[in-house]
Order: sequence, then structure tokens, then C-alpha cells
Amino acid sequence: MSTPLLEVKDLTMHFPIRSRGLIPRTVGHVPAVDGVSFSIGAGEALGLVGESGSGKSTTGRLITRLHEPTSGQIIFDGQDIAGWTPRQLKPLRRDIQMIFQDPYTSLNPRHTVGEIIGAPLEIHKLVPKQGRLRRVQELLEIVGLNPEHYNRYPHEFSGGQRQRIGIARALTMQPRLLVADEPVSALDVSIQAQIINLMKDLQKEFNIAFLFIAHDLAIVRHFCPQIAVMYKGKIVENAPREELYTNPQHGYTRSLLSAVPDMRQAVVGGRRERIRYTGKEEVVTTTER
Amino acid sequence: MTRPFLSVENLVVHFPTPDGVVRATDGLSYTVEPGKTLGIVGESGSGKSVSSSAILGLHRNTSAQVSGRIWLNDIDLLTLSDKEMQARRGKDVAMIFQDPLSALHPYYTIGDQVAEAYRVHNKVSKKAARDRAIEMLDRVGIPNPQLRVDDYPHQFSGGMRQRAMIAMALINDPQLLIADEPTTALDVTVQAQILDLLQDLQREFNTALIMITHDLGVIAEVADDVLVMYAGRAVEYGTTKQLLTAPAMPYTLGLIQSVPDLSSDVNEPLRPIPGNPPSLLDPPSGCAFAPRCTFKHLVADNLPDTVMPELEEIAPGHLRRCHLTEHDLSKLTPKPAEEVEVV
Repeated sequence: MSTPLLEVKDLTMHFPIRSRGLIPRTVGHVPAVDGVSFSIGAGEALGLVGESGSGKSTTGRLITRLHEPTSGQIIFDGQDIAGWTPRQLKPLRRDIQMIFQDPYTSLNPRHTVGEIIGAPLEIHKLVPKQGRLRRVQELLEIVGLNPEHYNRYPHEFSGGQRQRIGIARALTMQPRLLVADEPVSALDVSIQAQIINLMKDLQKEFNIAFLFIAHDLAIVRHFCPQIAVMYKGKIVENAPREELYTNPQHGYTRSLLSAVPDMRQAVVGGRRERIRYTGKEEVVTTTER
Repeated sequence: MTRPFLSVENLVVHFPTPDGVVRATDGLSYTVEPGKTLGIVGESGSGKSVSSSAILGLHRNTSAQVSGRIWLNDIDLLTLSDKEMQARRGKDVAMIFQDPLSALHPYYTIGDQVAEAYRVHNKVSKKAARDRAIEMLDRVGIPNPQLRVDDYPHQFSGGMRQRAMIAMALINDPQLLIADEPTTALDVTVQAQILDLLQDLQREFNTALIMITHDLGVIAEVADDVLVMYAGRAVEYGTTKQLLTAPAMPYTLGLIQSVPDLSSDVNEPLRPIPGNPPSLLDPPSGCAFAPRCTFKHLVADNLPDTVMPELEEIAPGHLRRCHLTEHDLSKLTPKPAEEVEVV
């Protein structure tokens, strides 16, 4: 097997707890991410699921190096970037980009779409000024927006269109890894499928690897052949999707799967099993409907 | 003939703005009986929340123009004075909001807030109200309610806050409970617990429940009847089974098809609805869904663009708003979504 594009080894991030008072001291640590290891090959997609507070978003932010890890390795393309300085990281930021959850707060309302998408080109000075507009229009076209709309502001677009803008911005640098943190959960149902299909097309076309962070198990299953389940800062299960969904090994995974509302099953009726995971054991409740 | 327990008739909510009138809800009618659950499905801006807050009279003293009738127990809530409405709000009709963190006051303890809902409507001592609050917190599954009653909202987890909201809403034994996306902000596991809890409580108190959501999975789990809203209007209305097994309006069908489940084929692309929801400011005069409809080419002329279809009953209790003559959409061949020209 060839070396993976991204390999995370024993990654740990502790948030300090500060005491109150005039001189705050660190009185303890919250292990938000606690010894997490996984790998993603070029052009592949890994799903990361878990409840809020499980550390899945923090993991994503560590890989994009928006957070400083406490310990562990983040090996991207053969280099451990965990301890890199911002200056060292700058060229790497082309390769790893992020798509954010909320398309309303993640786009600067005072910048035109062209400025938003073109900013990375300016920062990395990759395309001469005259070529920027062409590249922006090209990107707008790729994500299914009208290339003539580069002069408009984010508020002129709907939620789904804004998420397309966020994706175009992430694509500007032709990244090799995209960290998508709940990319569709803020969107309307009828739009979610559009964005998922778009990301899948882009993945194929540009051979982009995805770390797909989400809590919607059906959407993760659709997008990611491999899925890792996080619980309280740890990865408790990491398996190919067929295996994870048909034969979950960990109690928390089983409780997650039992909680997904199933439209088709609910209409037919029958027995419904719910599993609650307490951290130690599984509590099963069954209802007839 | 006796009127249903809750009967909303021809409800209209318009918001005048400098840019024109926003037709948030236009001619909405539905009924709910005690012990039953009506699911209202729609996307953001479809008018589902606006129409429900009208039941609680939350548009009073705003610039909103509300008309129609909201019969609750044979009383038209829209004709009541502010004072009369206030006596019913939180007592006969209660609401659970989407985001419990912003619906709870950060400076007051959970107990104070839950008890306040009780004291407003009942002449009781502080002590009695507090006891009642503890009882309700226990009832909604908060462990150690005697201790947690003095906690502040930030000391509660998301699921616990939503439980506290439910305790607050149910403390006066309301006959009608409106839950506006009660589980959207929660994790799936917590969502399942809250939905189970709501159903248990509903059975126990025989409450009529309106569940507003955009999640068809939630609808399938809890609702007896479903109302699908699009651009401020009802587009389909029927029993949950009718709607989910035989959707007769292309938008409902599109919603069902666009959601993957745990058994769908992962190699097939998802089937989204093309385009975006319309603006309610100056909506099209014809069918609001026509620009995104994959069945539009099956309707003669430019009927969908100019004429608003009426809600018609296609089977007992099953209504839809559509120009198509065929009721069984599975017999029709839609255009591929990519070929729909979306403006």
C-alpha cells in the first residue's frame, strides 16, 4: 500500500481550564482530542461522526492547523506538520483547505464574491492580477454559479449558493485535502443533496481527499467509504461503511445508529429498538408502533 | 357539526416591508385533534414557523397583518384581546422553541423559569410553584431535580435544556403544544430521547401536538398527519402514510427522494430538487414550485407560471395543490433534474 496523504498519529489537544480571579492560572485540562489516529489516502473520503463535544470539529481544526496540538503527529504528504510555525505552514495552506458549516457567517459580508474567492490567489501570488478574474469566473462555473455574478455580495445569494461560494473559495488553491465541517447541516433539505453531489463530483474530478465531519449518519454513509466514530475525544470505531452500518462493534456506534429516524421503516411500523449508551453499558428500549 | 379542537382557517400573515409585502403565510387551513400530532414540513422561509406563532398571538403589536380564523375549542383566538390571549398563552397553548439556549434566560435559574410559567397562571405560593417545577423536571427525565432546579441554563447540556423547555411548556397542562424544530439543534441520540419523551407525555396528557420540522424522518416517527408548506402555502396535506408512501405533489416527492437513508445505494448520486426556494417578496402568480418542478413539462401551456393551482382532495383526507391531472406520480416520467432550467 502506498503512503497515505494524511496520517494522524496519537493526536491530542488539551484545552486549559483557567481559574477565575485577577491572575488566572491553569487549574486543569479538558482533553478535547485524546490520542486520535487515522489516515486518509489521496482522493479518498473519511467520515468523522460523533455527538457535539466529542472532539470531531477540534480534530478538523487541528489538521488545518487552526489549533495547536498538545502532542501527536499530523503527517501530511510525508511531513509532520504538527509543530510547524505559521511561516512554515503558509505554503501548506494551499494543500489543505476547509469548508465551514455556516455559509452565513463564514463569508465576509463586505467583500464581493470575486474578492472572497480571489483572496487566496492574491495571498499566494499564484496568478498574475490580470488572470485573477478569469480564474474566479472559472471557479464560479465549476461550483454551478453564474460566472457573471463575481461582483455581487454574499447577501445576494441563498444559503445553498453561499455554500457553493465557500466551496469555490476552498478550491481556489487546488487543495489535495478538504476538511468539511458539517458542510450541509445548515442548509435546507432540498439543497443538501445538491451540495453533496457537487462535492462528490469535485472529489472525482480533482482527486481531492475529504475529511467529512458530520452528525447526519445517512449523509456520511453516502459520502464516505470509511467512517470513524468519535466519543469523548477518542475514536472508538473506524471501519468501512458497510461494516460499520451492518455490524457496529462499539456500544456508542450502536446507539447512534439506533437513533437515526428512518422514514421508510416508520411508515411500515413494527418494533423499534433504541439503544442508549451510558459510557459503560447499553440500555435497550423497545417500542411497538 | 362540532368544530375540531384546533381549526386554522384561511390564515394569512403578511409583513409589510419597505421593499413590498412579504407573504409569509397565505391562506393556510388545517385541523388538529387532542392526542394527535400534526407535522408541518417546509424549508426555511416556507412560513411554517410564522403560521404557528400566529396561534400564540406572537404577531400582535408588530407590523404583521394577520387575518383568517384560529378556532381553539370554539373560540377564535384572533378575536381575543391582548389580555385574554395572555391568559391562554402558556396555559392552553404552549410552545417549544428550536434553540433552548437562546430561549432560556441566562441570569435566572432553571427552576425560577420553569416555576414562573406556573405562577403566571396559578395563584400559588413560591414554594408550591417550586415544588411543581421540581415535579415537572423529574417528569421530563432530569436526574436529581431537587438539586438541578437551582442550576443556571449554562450548567445544563443541550438535551437537558430542551427537557427544561418541555417541562416549562407542559407545566400548565396545555391542550395544544407547538414544537418548532425542537430537536434540530440536538445530536441524533438526544433527538431520539426528546422525541420519545414528547410522545410519552402526549399520550399521558392527551395533548394536541404541532411538530414543525424540515426533517421527514422526524415526521415519520411522530406525526399522524402531515402538512407540507411551500412558499407560504399548503401544497400537500394528508396522513403521514399517504404522504410518505404516495406523495401526490412533486415537491413532497422531491423532499422524500433527496434524503438518503441508511439503506440507499451509495453509488447513485443523491437526487436533489433543482434550484432554490423562492423569495416571498412578490412571489410568482402561478404555482410557486413550478420553476423547480421536474414534472412541469407534463402540464399544458404555461399554466403553472400564470395560474395558482387550488388545493384539491384527491383521496379522502388527502389534499394537494398541483396542476397535474394524474395523482400517482410514479406513473409519470419527470425530466432529469439537470435539465430543469432554474432562473
